[in-house]
Parts: sequence; C-alpha cells; structure tokens
Amino acid sequence: MEKDKVPQDEGITEGITREVQYAINKNGKYEKVLSKGWEPKNIVNELAWKDIQEDIDFADEKIKSGKASPIMHYMAKTMMNIALLADYIELPKWKVKRHLKPKGFKKLNQQQLENYAKVFEISVDELLNFKLKS
Amino acid sequence: MKLDFEHIPAGHCENGVISSLLKYHGLNLSEAMIFGIGSGYFFAYMPFVKLNGIPIASFRPVPGMIFTKAAKRLGIKMKKQTFRKQPKRAMAELDKVLEKKLPVGIQGGVYHLSYFPPAYRFHFNAHNMTVYGKEDNTYFISDPVMEYATTLTSEELKKVRFAKGPLSPNGKMYYPINIPEEIDLKSAIHKGIKQTADWMLNIPVPLFGVKGIRYLSKRLRKWPEKLGPKRAAAYLAQMVRMLEEIGTGGAGFRFIYAAFLQEVAEVMQDDRYNDLSKEMTKIGDKWRNFSSQAAQTCKGRSSDPDGYNTVANLMLEIADDEERFFIEIKKLIK
Repeated sequence: MEKDKVPQDEGITEGITREVQYAINKNGKYEKVLSKGWEPKNIVNELAWKDIQEDIDFADEKIKSGKASPIMHYMAKTMMNIALLADYIELPKWKVKRHLKPKGFKKLNQQQLENYAKVFEISVDELLNFKLKS
Repeated sequence: MKLDFEHIPAGHCENGVISSLLKYHGLNLSEAMIFGIGSGYFFAYMPFVKLNGIPIASFRPVPGMIFTKAAKRLGIKMKKQTFRKQPKRAMAELDKVLEKKLPVGIQGGVYHLSYFPPAYRFHFNAHNMTVYGKEDNTYFISDPVMEYATTLTSEELKKVRFAKGPLSPNGKMYYPINIPEEIDLKSAIHKGIKQTADWMLNIPVPLFGVKGIRYLSKRLRKWPEKLGPKRAAAYLAQMVRMLEEIGTGGAGFRFIYAAFLQEVAEVMQDDRYNDLSKEMTKIGDKWRNFSSQAAQTCKGRSSDPDGYNTVANLMLEIADDEERFFIEIKKLIK
C-alpha cells in the first residue's frame, strides 16, 4: 500500500489515538504512517458491539420474565461468559450458574455481592437495585 | 522516577516492546526486523481454539513465540518471570527492577486498559507494553499501539497484569539482561526466514500455512448455509479483525514483512529481497482487498453466498501467491 492511500476514516479510535500502518513512500521505501482508521474495520467492530448489545437485550428479557438475575445483565455488559466470570469471581462455574438465577441471587451474602460488584465495577447497591430500562 | 525511555509507536505490540527495550540498551533493530527474525509471519486456522465462541484464524504464531525466537537468534538473554496468583509480589518485583533503571516489558489484558479507545477493550490477554517509571501511585507506560506514551494507576496496572481468561498473563514481565557486543544479523535473518518458509509450506497438517488458507477458503464458502446469516457474518467479521485490528501494521502483518524484506536487502546487499518485498506488498494489498470485501458482506449480514464465494476465491489466489513467494525466498537462503 502506498503512503497517500493509507485510509484516515475516523471511527473506533475515536480521536484518542492513531494506529501504525506500514506503507510505501515516494522513494519506494516502507515507513510507519499513522492512520485514524479504516472503514472496513469500523464496520466489523460495530458488528461486534451490535452482538454484545443483543446479548444484553437477551439477558434483560430473561430478567424481565423472572428467569435470570441482574448478574446476567452485567455479565453480558462486561462481555463475559460463565467461564470467564467464574474465573474472575474465583468460584466454580456451577455456583456462578446458580447466581444467574433469581433464586440463587437472593441467597448471595454481602461478601459475594461485593465480589460481583467489584468485578463489574459497580456498587453493591446498583447490583441489588438493578432496574431494567424500559 | 521516570527513565529516559523513548516511546515508539509500532504496528504490533510484541515486536514493538522488544524493539524499544533493545533500543534503550543501545541496540537498534526495527520492529520489522524483530518480526522477521522471530518468524512472526504465519497462517493458522484453528477450529478448536475459539475467541468469543468463534474459531480463530491467526496470521501470527502463538503469543510470545516471536519474542522468544528473536531473542534466541540474536543471542540476547532475557529475564522472564510470572507470578501465578501473587499480584503483590508481581508489583513489588516490577518496582524493584524499575529501581535498577531498567524498563520492563509486561504482558497484560486489554479489557482493563483505561487509556484505550472503548471499542478496543475486549477480553484479549496477550497484549504487551513497557513500564518505564513510577511516581507515587502512577506508572509510566509505553504501549506500542498507542500514538503517545500513557500512564496507569497501580490498581489499574495490577488488574491488567492479572486479567483472567484464555492466555491470562499471570503478571508476566520480562527485560533483557545480556545483549552480546557482536550480533550475527545475517545468520539470525536466515534462520527467521527459513522457519517461516517451512511453516508456510511444509507443516503436514492442513490447518497451517498455505494449506490452511486453502482449507479455510473451502470452509468459508459453506458458512452462510451452515451457520445462518448472523453467525456467518460474525465469523467473517472476526477474520477481518484478526487481519486488521490493533496491531498488525495492516493486512495481517504482510506489510510489516514487506518492510522487513527491504531491510534484509540492505543488510545482505542483495537486491533480490527488494523484488520479493514488492511481491509481498502485492500479497498484502490482496489481503486488504479481502478485508474490504468481507466487511461489505458482513455489513448487511446478507446470506447471499456470492459475497462469501468472492472472498473465498480471493483466498485461493492469495494462497497460491504466498506459496510461490516462499518457494522463491527459500532459494535465496540455501
């Protein structure tokens, strides 16, 4: 790719940084050129976030119908699956699975609630008084 | 305390960190040179290794390998430490090395990197950066994929170093402890190129090298039918991200390799490497074309098999090009 063809499509970098792209200058030599971004990358990144949003919506649906606890919402929001969440909480997966149900969630003690809140970077209060956005 | 360390933005984190660590110790080798010597160029399709539930197509070997191979071939001794479940010790050890006026490379998860654009922050744990100082509660960070040097608080850095999930860093840190006076660059380059050529041409498993590209091309055609439009788009989108996102220097490291070959031409005083660099640029351009077309196909989440067939055909073409390329380059290093 030639230097003057390095795309500068603002998107996922959000003006926070620019990425190094290797490109050929006028003398035919490679150099590092800073790029604000590239549309195809923006497209696929957006798609990934759309999928995450769908996971959150799915969790919210389940919470609404009383089939899941707020933990499921925050798990989706922080892009975790049960295995990763269990790793962070330092509990076996089957226990985390229980906490994803309203019944298991109610049985959480203060320490466990604090652990979840810490991993999700929210307060215990936010976790306990989780309200679905309507 | 802040070391006199130069922040150099790079295409790829692993090579960028090594390159700037060596520079601090007086050895000038570019990111591209480290990448080539460490045999960073690769292709692997691994249906059994999944990222976000999607099989990985990787354009580089497993994290850490480029670094280990490059150091070995250059005769550089690195000190490497991990601290399983010992975050306090990991931070104390880091401070101790910094006090010796040595910048330290660390592996970390990107999810907790507060300075990253939010869209970069997925649960990916094989990122690398250099810590080059500490004042009170703040660490000075040179992250090669960032345009400028940044900082992290002690608490943030601890989270980054002890991110959980696949490839968890366990506080991994590393720094050079011995750099030889004389470096046999030519021999290191030969070893690096030879291994890449062997990997791309001769691994007797159809998932790696040019065989892997052909195999994935065949699988990819069936995605819309087998997975449905939504999953198929997610699979294809992930491929584009592996090719282009955060630190490949463009086209799944193919352009960095072309830059490496230009440097090789100079070291070897052999213009044939410049010709090969041009060939590699063309291959890189084709991968860019792949990304561009694939993204368009993903965009509408269309299940139209045409979009998938188009990029699958392109992959077959690229596989032939890469095969021819590595057969040619092998002739030069005999």
